[in-house]
Amino acid sequence: MNNRNLISINDFSKEEQIKILDIAEGFEKNPSQNILSQAVVATLFFEPSTRTRLSFESAASRLGAKVIGFSSSASSSVSKGESLKDTILTVSNYSDIIVMRHPIDGSARYASEVSPVPVINAGDGSNQHPTQTLLDMYSIRKTQGRLDKLNIAFVGDLKYGRTVHSLTMALTQYETTFHLVSPLELKLPSYVKRHIKQKDLEYHQYTDLMEVIPKADIIYMTRIQRERFSDPMEYEKVKNAYNLDNAMLANAKDNMRVLHPLPRVNEISEDVDTNPKAYYFQQALNGVYVRQALLASILGVK
Amino acid sequence: MNNKETIKEMQVSAIENGSVIDHIPVQGVFQVIKILNLDQIEDMVLFGNNLPSGKYGKKGIIKVRNKFFKREDINKIALVAPSATLIVIKDYKVVDKTVVEIPDRVEKIVKCFNPNCITNNERITTKFDVIKDEDALKLRCHYCEKTTSKENLVFF
Repeated sequence: MNNRNLISINDFSKEEQIKILDIAEGFEKNPSQNILSQAVVATLFFEPSTRTRLSFESAASRLGAKVIGFSSSASSSVSKGESLKDTILTVSNYSDIIVMRHPIDGSARYASEVSPVPVINAGDGSNQHPTQTLLDMYSIRKTQGRLDKLNIAFVGDLKYGRTVHSLTMALTQYETTFHLVSPLELKLPSYVKRHIKQKDLEYHQYTDLMEVIPKADIIYMTRIQRERFSDPMEYEKVKNAYNLDNAMLANAKDNMRVLHPLPRVNEISEDVDTNPKAYYFQQALNGVYVRQALLASILGVK
Repeated sequence: MNNKETIKEMQVSAIENGSVIDHIPVQGVFQVIKILNLDQIEDMVLFGNNLPSGKYGKKGIIKVRNKFFKREDINKIALVAPSATLIVIKDYKVVDKTVVEIPDRVEKIVKCFNPNCITNNERITTKFDVIKDEDALKLRCHYCEKTTSKENLVFF
């Protein structure tokens, strides 16, 4: 994967995705490895995403790399009207790899085409966020011991949730059974469902969360955002429909784990946090190992 | 020469050498002119629209003198004129007749329907993969990965 870009999860083959997860496992065992001490990592965050940025910067620091960058457009030349192309060409002079987050769809693909150094997409608008997908896969494999033949429940906003779309597509490479729980107006879009159908995989749709809890190996919770609803009454109706609390987990399988891309608001109540089935904070930590694996393999030291 | 061909010739006169694009849907003629940049051509360009057609009821036709299109160029019009035929004329005679084919990739000519796509925000040539499944033709943007359906096609 030396010198490769990672823009969309499909840019890496199934084997390459597994390779990244395997390398990440090595970093989990031994997180601080001074193998990129000569490298400069640029983190260009054209829109704020503190969690993702800190995760990348932590990953780079644990590899001994130097980090340069900005955390919002306001603190970059973008506010002076510079084009994305010019920003990328300039920053590529200063760094060996660019990690970028941008509010515009397709910006990361475009940046990778103009950049002489590799680009990792840390989220481009509503399009892709492949490092989140890899850390989700890592978390699933870690907790279940495999990626094949699992019952995965996605809960909440399946229509706009970028992480749900990318993870769904990645999991269609395995014999996954999908359980899709959402309000009717936030169902998984047909262009994502098409990938499930193409592989002839089993999927079920629900509006009731309780129904899937005993069936699931993974419950992947997402946040329902008020701004997704044109009718505020509709939001009021569904906003508390998918709040997971500890009592609801009584019938869950022993191996079941709850994932969430975070930030969480009220869709998982705090009494779940101490349940051993809660895995979302560990999931965030796994993001650092996966990002270490990506930086190291793209820069050719793993 | 039978009657039908005589009528045609009277409506849009014949060319000695060049290309004829026939059987263009009537709503597609001006888009074809735009896609093939025929407004930039210095030689003679003739076109007719709403001409009677046995197959389609009405049709459009374009004749360009001394112009021979490349396959990949002519296939670009398949998005608006999938039924079109390309006829190559030499010495007033038909020497080749082919149908246009829907290409796998489309570049430059179509705008991405997603307003939040980078191609609508910076000066970038658009690129699409053509998806032909379920009979409906769709373009998938190389950049934002969103699909633009046929009804939403906007040409530059």
